[in-house]
This record gives sequence, structure tokens and C-alpha cells, in this order.
Amino acid sequence: MRIFGKDRVFVFLNYILATVFLLIALYPLYFVVIASFSSADAVVQGKVLLYPQGITLSGYKAMLEHTEIWSGYYYAILYTIVGTIINLICTIPAAYALSRRTLPFRWGINLYFMITMFLSGGLIPLYLLINRLKLVNTFTIMVLLGAVNVWNMIVCRTFFSTNIPEELIDAAKIDGSSELGIFFRIVLPLSKAILAVMILYFAVGHWNDYRTSLIYLRNTGKWPLQMVLRNLLLSTQMEIAQGNETSAVDQLLKIQSMKYGVIIASSFPVLVIYPFIQKYFVKGVMIGAVKG
Amino acid sequence: MRNKKMLLRIKKHWQLYLLLLPAVLYVAVFDYAPMYGLLGAFENFKPYLGYLRSEWVGFLHFERFFSTNAFAKIVPNTIKLSVYSLVAGFPIPIILALCLNYVPSVKFKKLVQNITYAPHFISVVVLVSMVNVFFGTNNGLINGIRDSLGMDRILFIGDPDIFRHLYVWSGVWQGMGWGSIIYISALSSVDPGLHESAIVDGASILQRIRYIDIPTIVPVIVTLLILDAGKVMSVGFDKVFLMQNSLNLSASEVIATYVYKRGLLNAEYGYSTAVGLFNSVINLILLITVNQISKKVSDIGIL
Repeated sequence: MRIFGKDRVFVFLNYILATVFLLIALYPLYFVVIASFSSADAVVQGKVLLYPQGITLSGYKAMLEHTEIWSGYYYAILYTIVGTIINLICTIPAAYALSRRTLPFRWGINLYFMITMFLSGGLIPLYLLINRLKLVNTFTIMVLLGAVNVWNMIVCRTFFSTNIPEELIDAAKIDGSSELGIFFRIVLPLSKAILAVMILYFAVGHWNDYRTSLIYLRNTGKWPLQMVLRNLLLSTQMEIAQGNETSAVDQLLKIQSMKYGVIIASSFPVLVIYPFIQKYFVKGVMIGAVKG
Repeated sequence: MRNKKMLLRIKKHWQLYLLLLPAVLYVAVFDYAPMYGLLGAFENFKPYLGYLRSEWVGFLHFERFFSTNAFAKIVPNTIKLSVYSLVAGFPIPIILALCLNYVPSVKFKKLVQNITYAPHFISVVVLVSMVNVFFGTNNGLINGIRDSLGMDRILFIGDPDIFRHLYVWSGVWQGMGWGSIIYISALSSVDPGLHESAIVDGASILQRIRYIDIPTIVPVIVTLLILDAGKVMSVGFDKVFLMQNSLNLSASEVIATYVYKRGLLNAEYGYSTAVGLFNSVINLILLITVNQISKKVSDIGIL
């Protein structure tokens, strides 16, 4: 970029603004990291600001001894993997079929899916239905709910219709491929980019979800990590806000020391892979925006 | 004859329908079947009687809801929270995108982008925990600093007025980077020739932003504004519920949390279904209205 004299001031101020944005986004994350390595006392007294104080791993140690967190991890991984696979099975093939111009009643089927973006039964009818189907408190509902995400389906459909040339499909047909053969052997291998985006979207969605378990899982033993965290980190906070400080004190002391470690540990899987996958996420936003 | 042709066409493409089948079935069961359950909004619904045999009460639940104190409280709460979120959260991604568009160093630009996107991936449980880490009464960073300076502790998370600020600005923090992506990509689609000739004509960067960049992203702004304006009556459940406590309830009870409590915790199925239905009807009307307005004003619509 060429910069001219009168724009120098602007560019300088602009750099400052960008730096402010950077620091605002970064500092809260950075603080949690340094607080996790600091002694709980120093953190509570507000002494930990720029670097760790009284470096200790006791918070992490306390966390590792907490069995609920381990089981939370186990179930979160389980729900994430199975849930993501179900998401893919429901979303990708349907999106491909809808991208095909030769599909009879294409418009009507599109409408069938789109309507659900604007109309829904809402929480209570859905809950009553799932209750009637005897799916409350089951593994099935944890991995099945939200299997179809219409927005992501549209993103995939757009990808297929702009990236898979119609001629390719016609040629494969002339060679005697069936529709299923075309989808599995030709279209899917050409669609690795969108598959990566979808796997990441779905997996992060499952990993970060606490609402499904709040509503549909009474069995605390099968809670995923986010729900365990919610009870650990936020229920005591509520009691304090309500003034029940003494009853929460024991629990609180225990949690206080491991709080930051737990926050990091739960975000760890996402944040570790984040630098590698970040461009895929961005790609997904772009494809979605094309439809707009 | 015509039906036969249709059947033949379907038969010819049965494999495509097979690919559609899982999604069609899921949507039928988990999206359309609950719509049938909306009948419950007009009934004194009892699960053991079902929707057809429960007592029909017409609009009684709606009348009850409109006459409660809750209605006068949670509807304004919902609107205030989402309007505040919109007003505070909408312009910031645009400013961030314009700002990054004029950062000469590509490396620095990438760095800022990567860091500002990161909060988007943090779960809502962790986000709310972080709000408490900073604003907690006894263990929060800010109160820790205040205490060491000899100032009184402030009850941030139990204050109804402060609840709104915390809710909105933590959302801005989490969403600003992610929200900027779409504007950054729109800005990168500007014809470089436009900027070149503007520079030849002696335009400053500010003038180029005003006369080239902003007009380019206006369609994106309008589209997103429509989508957001349509959501003014739908504040999501997840974050509000986690940030709620008995002290800030007067500001933090919104329609979604109210439906959850009355419906699932108190088992008032008919009543809570009615409240939920009221909410979705308003949402739909809002969406259609803003879409119509925007079509009239700018020829841009999403429906």
C-alpha cells in the first residue's frame, strides 16, 4: 500500500486502533492463562495483571483429582464424535441432492427445509414430544438433537452447486455411474474443503453445548464437560449472589483454586486446533455469505 | 396420466431421494411434529390426555399472560437487551473491518484477525465464567484491584442495570472479530481501480472510505441489519440463563428463560407453549415487516 503525506496521520492512528482491538480481544484470554499458574491468593487480591505471581500448578492438580471433570471429558468427546457423524449423514447428502437441478420437486423440498428456519414449535412442544418418544435421559437425544442444521445445509448446497460442474455429473452418468456412485466416488472427494468446514462447525457446536444436557439429561453422571463446568463454576456464583456465602464456602475454596485451569482445559481442544482450522471456519462464513 | 409421469420421474431419481431421506425424516419428527404441539397453547394441556383430548380453552393462556406482571416485565427486558446488543454490537465489526483494511502490514493484520476471531469459539459457559472472573464480587479481578486500592467492592453481577452492560459487552467482545469477516471479504471485493483513480485525484484515505468502501458494504450492512432487526424479540436462552441470579432477575428474565421455567420447571405446559407461540409469531411478523421495509427503501430483501 502506498501512503501519502496527508494519510500518514491516519495510518498511524489506524495502527493504534488496530492495536486496541487486538489488546481488548487478547487480554481476557491472557489473564485466564496467567491466573491459572498463579497462587489463588494473589489472583483474588488483584495482583496478577501482567504476569503470573507465586507460580504454582496446584490449580491444575486439584482439577486432575476431580473425577467429574474426567467423566465430563469422556462424555463430551463421545457426544461430539457421534453427534458430528450424525450431523454429516443428515446434512451433506441432502445438501448435495438439493443442489442437483434435475431433482424433481426441488423447489418444494427446499421450501420444506427453509420453513423450519422461520417457524418452529418451540421449546415446550419439542420437549413433550421427546418425552413421549422416551428419549429424555438417553444417549440418543444427546447426539441426535439438531442433526439437521438448515443454515449449514444451505451453505453446503451453495458449495456443491458452484463447485461441482454439471458436465462432470453428466459425463459420469454416461459412463454408467449411479447417482449414489457419483455422490460417493466423485462429489465427496472433490468436496474436502466443505467437509472440513462442516466437521469443524458441528464439532465445536457439540463441544460447547450445555443446553441439551440441561434440558434433556437428568442423569448427572452422563453430563458432558460444559454442563459439569456450569455446575462447578456458576452454581456457587449464584449462591454467593444470593447471599448464601457460608454454605458455599467449602465448595468455593476448592473451586477457587482450580477455576482458571478448568476454563483453560475445557477450551483447550478448540484453542489448540484453532490456528490450524481458522481459515476453514472463515471459508465457511464466506460460502454462506455468497448466498446471503 | 400426469401422476404416472410424476411417479416415473421420482422413480428415476430414487437414489437422490435416498440421500435426502435422513434429513427429511429428522425434520418431520423434530421440527414439524412439534408444530402440531402448538395446539397445546389453546388447551389446558395434560400429557396423559394428549392434544386431542385435553380441554380446549381458546385464548385463555394468552389473556392470562398479557395480564400478568411478568408480561410487563419480560417483554421490555427482552427488547431492551436485544436492542442494546444490536446498537452496541452492530457497528463495531464494521469499524474493525474498515480499520484492518487500511493496516499496511499484512502480518499485523493477520495477527489481529486471528486473535479477534478466537473468542467466537469459546463456549458460553466459559464466557460467563470469564465475566465472573473479572466482575465477581469476592474473587473478581476488578474488585480485587478496588479492594487493594482501599475502595469498596461493587456487586457487579447482582446488579440489574449492570447485568445489561455485562451481557452486551461480553457479547461484543466475543462476536466482533467473527462479525467482521463478512465485511472484510466485501471490502476486498472492491475494484482496486477505483482506489487507484481516487488516489490519482488526490483523495485521502478518509475520503476513500466515505465514497468507495462504505457504499460497497452498504448492501451487506442492510442485509445483516434486516436479519438482526427481525430478532429483536428473540434473546437466546443460553447466555442469559447462565448470567441470571436472584438479584438481577428484574432485568435478566427474558421470554426464553421464562418459558423454560414455567414450562419445564413448573410443568405449566399449555401456558408456556402459549408464551412461546406468542414470541415466535411476533418474531415472524417482525422479520416480514423489516424485510418489506428494506425492499421498499433499498431494493434489498432476504425473503
